[in-house]
Amino acid sequence: MNIHEYQAKSILKQNGVTIQEGIVVSSPNEAVIAAKELQKLTGTSWWVIKAQIHAGGRGKGGGVKLAKSLDEVKEIAGQIIGMQLVTPQTGPAGKQVHKVLVAQDVYYPGSVEKEEFYMSILLDRRSGKNVVMYSPDGGVDIEEVAATRPDRIFREPIDPALGILPFQTRRIAYNLGLSGKAASEMTRFVRSLYQSYLFCDASLFEINPVLKTTDEKILAVDAKVNIDDNALYRHPEIAAMRDISEEDAAEVEAGKNDLNFVKLDGNVGCMVNGAGLAMATMDIIKLSGGDPANFLDVGGGANAQTVEAGLKIILSDENVKAVLINIFGGIVRCDRVANGVVEAYKKLGNINVPVIVRLQGTNAQEGKDVIDNSGLKVYSAITLEEAAQLVKSLVN
Amino acid sequence: MSVLVDNNSKIIVQGFTGGEGTFHAGQMMEYGTNVVGGVTPGKGGTMHLGLPVFDTVQMAVENTGADTSVIFVPPAFAADAIMEAADAGIKVIIAITEGIPVADMITVKAFIDGKESILIGPNCPGVISPGKAKVGIMPGFIHKEGRIGVVSRSGTLTYEAVDQLTKLGLGQSTCIGIGGDPVIGTTTLDAVKLLMNDPETEGIIMIGEIGGSMETDAARWVKEHGTKPVVGFIAGQTAPPGRRMGHAGAIVGGKDDTAAAKMKIMKECGIHVVDNPAHLGTTMQKAMKK
Repeated sequence: MNIHEYQAKSILKQNGVTIQEGIVVSSPNEAVIAAKELQKLTGTSWWVIKAQIHAGGRGKGGGVKLAKSLDEVKEIAGQIIGMQLVTPQTGPAGKQVHKVLVAQDVYYPGSVEKEEFYMSILLDRRSGKNVVMYSPDGGVDIEEVAATRPDRIFREPIDPALGILPFQTRRIAYNLGLSGKAASEMTRFVRSLYQSYLFCDASLFEINPVLKTTDEKILAVDAKVNIDDNALYRHPEIAAMRDISEEDAAEVEAGKNDLNFVKLDGNVGCMVNGAGLAMATMDIIKLSGGDPANFLDVGGGANAQTVEAGLKIILSDENVKAVLINIFGGIVRCDRVANGVVEAYKKLGNINVPVIVRLQGTNAQEGKDVIDNSGLKVYSAITLEEAAQLVKSLVN
Repeated sequence: MSVLVDNNSKIIVQGFTGGEGTFHAGQMMEYGTNVVGGVTPGKGGTMHLGLPVFDTVQMAVENTGADTSVIFVPPAFAADAIMEAADAGIKVIIAITEGIPVADMITVKAFIDGKESILIGPNCPGVISPGKAKVGIMPGFIHKEGRIGVVSRSGTLTYEAVDQLTKLGLGQSTCIGIGGDPVIGTTTLDAVKLLMNDPETEGIIMIGEIGGSMETDAARWVKEHGTKPVVGFIAGQTAPPGRRMGHAGAIVGGKDDTAAAKMKIMKECGIHVVDNPAHLGTTMQKAMKK
C-alpha cells in the first residue's frame, strides 16, 4: 500500500525524525489559515505548496510551488487543487489533485551552505535483511545516480536482531561528509528513520531529499513509503490512511471480491488461478499476437461467483476484444469450474466478445464437455498450446 | 532417489486441526505420505485423523521422531511456528502459509541461519517426491515418479509444467515449490544445487518470475557447476514495472529483475530458456535426448 507525503511525514515525526513541517488542506481558504498557523509555529514567512498524489516527480509537473505571500498561497493552492497533475510517473492522463500540503520553507539563508542527500531504508531480498541506502547526491532521481555514478551510492545492512548500531550511523554521517552538530543530528536522523520503517512495517521508506539546513539541522523534506500489505492487519491506523481515489476503480472493485487484479492496457482479458500461471497466461497472450488487458488471479476458489465478478470487471474495459479463462484444476475439479463459467456467462447475459475457456487438471475432459454442450459461444481448450492457438485465431 | 522428502520422512502437520491442515493432511495421507502426527497448541493429547495431536513441536518430535514439518498456521502466527519447528530440530520445514509479513520473515531468516533446518517457502505449494511423499497442497495425481527435478516460485504454473512432463512420459524426482514471497528460506539456487547433486535427477526445470535476482544467481552457478540440462522460464514478460503481480515478490524493481533481463542471463549461462510456457515439457524432452 502507498500513502501520501503528509501521512508519511506524520509517521516520521511520531518516531522522532525532524521534518519539514506542514499542514494538509483541501481548499485555498484552508491553505491561507494553514499558512498563518505555520508562521506562528515555525516562524516561516514563505511557504511551499505541494500536491498530494501517489506519484513522484511532482515538481516537474508543476505540483510543487513556492509562495512568498499569503496571497500567493491562496492563488497557488487554487491552481494546484483540482488540477490534473501529469508527472513522469503518472502516465499521460495524470492524476487529479484533491489535497495540498502547505509546508514551511526550509531553504532559508544562513551561516553555512545547505546540502541535500538521498536516504532510504528498504528490504534487500538477496540477504533477507533491511539496508540503509544513501547518497551525498540528493534531490535528484536516484535511479540516475545509480546508473551514472554508482560509487556515489552507499549501503549499510542492518542486523535484524541488533538493529542499526551507533558506528553504522556514524559511518553514514561521515560518508555524507558531515561533521560537528550536523553529523550528530544525522546519526539521530538515521536511527529515527529506521524506527519509523519498523513502526509501520514498511518495505520502503525513502527520503529525498534529506536536507542539511543553513543552520545545520537535518530534516526530511519529502517522504515516500510502501507499506507491506501482509502486515496491515496489525496496523489499523495505517490501513486507514489508504486513499482509494488514488487507485484504479476496477482494481478497488476486484479487491472487494477477493480478486487480485491489475489493470493493463491491452485487448485480451484473462482470468487465471494462481499468480505465476496468470503472469504466464499474459505472456502467452502476447506471444499469440494479442496484448494482455489485465492480470487477474482468482486464487483457489474458481467458482460461479468469482468467475462472474471477474468477468464483469474484465468486460467493463472497452478495449477488451476477447477473454481467456485459464484454470489448472488441482484440488478444484474442472467440471465444477466449467459449470461455474456457464452459470456466470448466462447470468451476465449479452457478452459480445469471444470467451475462451481452458481447463486442465482434474476432470479436464468432463469440464470441456460441459463447455461444449452449453450451447454458449464459448471456445474450449485443454492444453495451453490449444488455448494459445485460439487466442491467435480470434485476435488477429 | 529424490531430495528433501521421501518414504522415510516422518512428517508432522502444524496447524493440524484447522480447516486447511485437516483437508491437506488427509490428501497427503491418501497419497501414501508418512504423516505421523500434528501440532495444535491447546489440543495436545487428542487424536485427529487417527493420529496424535501435540501442544508443541518439541513434544511431537520426542514422541514420533518427526524430522519434517508442513505448516498451515495462519499468517499472524506462522513465523513463530517456523521458528518453533527449527528450535525443535526439524530438518525440513515446509511453510505453505500465504501472507506472512516480511518483517516476520526477516526475523525467521536470522533465527534459522546457522541451524540445520532447511526452510521451504513460505507462500508455496510444498514439496513432492512422486510415489514417495507429497508434503504440500499440490494435486498428487498429475505427478509421476521419474528423473526430472522441478523448482518453481509458483503453484499452478508448476502443476502446468509437471502435467506437461507427465503426459510426455517424463516423471519427476522431486518438485520443489520455493514460494512467491520476497523473503523465503530455500532459494532457486539452493534448490537447483540439491537437484544437481541428486544422482537420480537427470534434468531440471527452473521456473521463475519477475522480481529479485534468484534465477540469475542460480543461472550463474549452473554455468560453472551444471552437469545436467536445465530448462528455464520466467513468468511476467508482459508485467508493467512497479506493480505487484499477485505474489508479494513478483514486482519489477529495476532493469535487472525484468523477465527479459533474467532470461537473457539464463540463456548466456547455457540454460534452455522457453519464451512460451506451453513448451516447457517438449523443450525438456529435446534437451534430454541430446
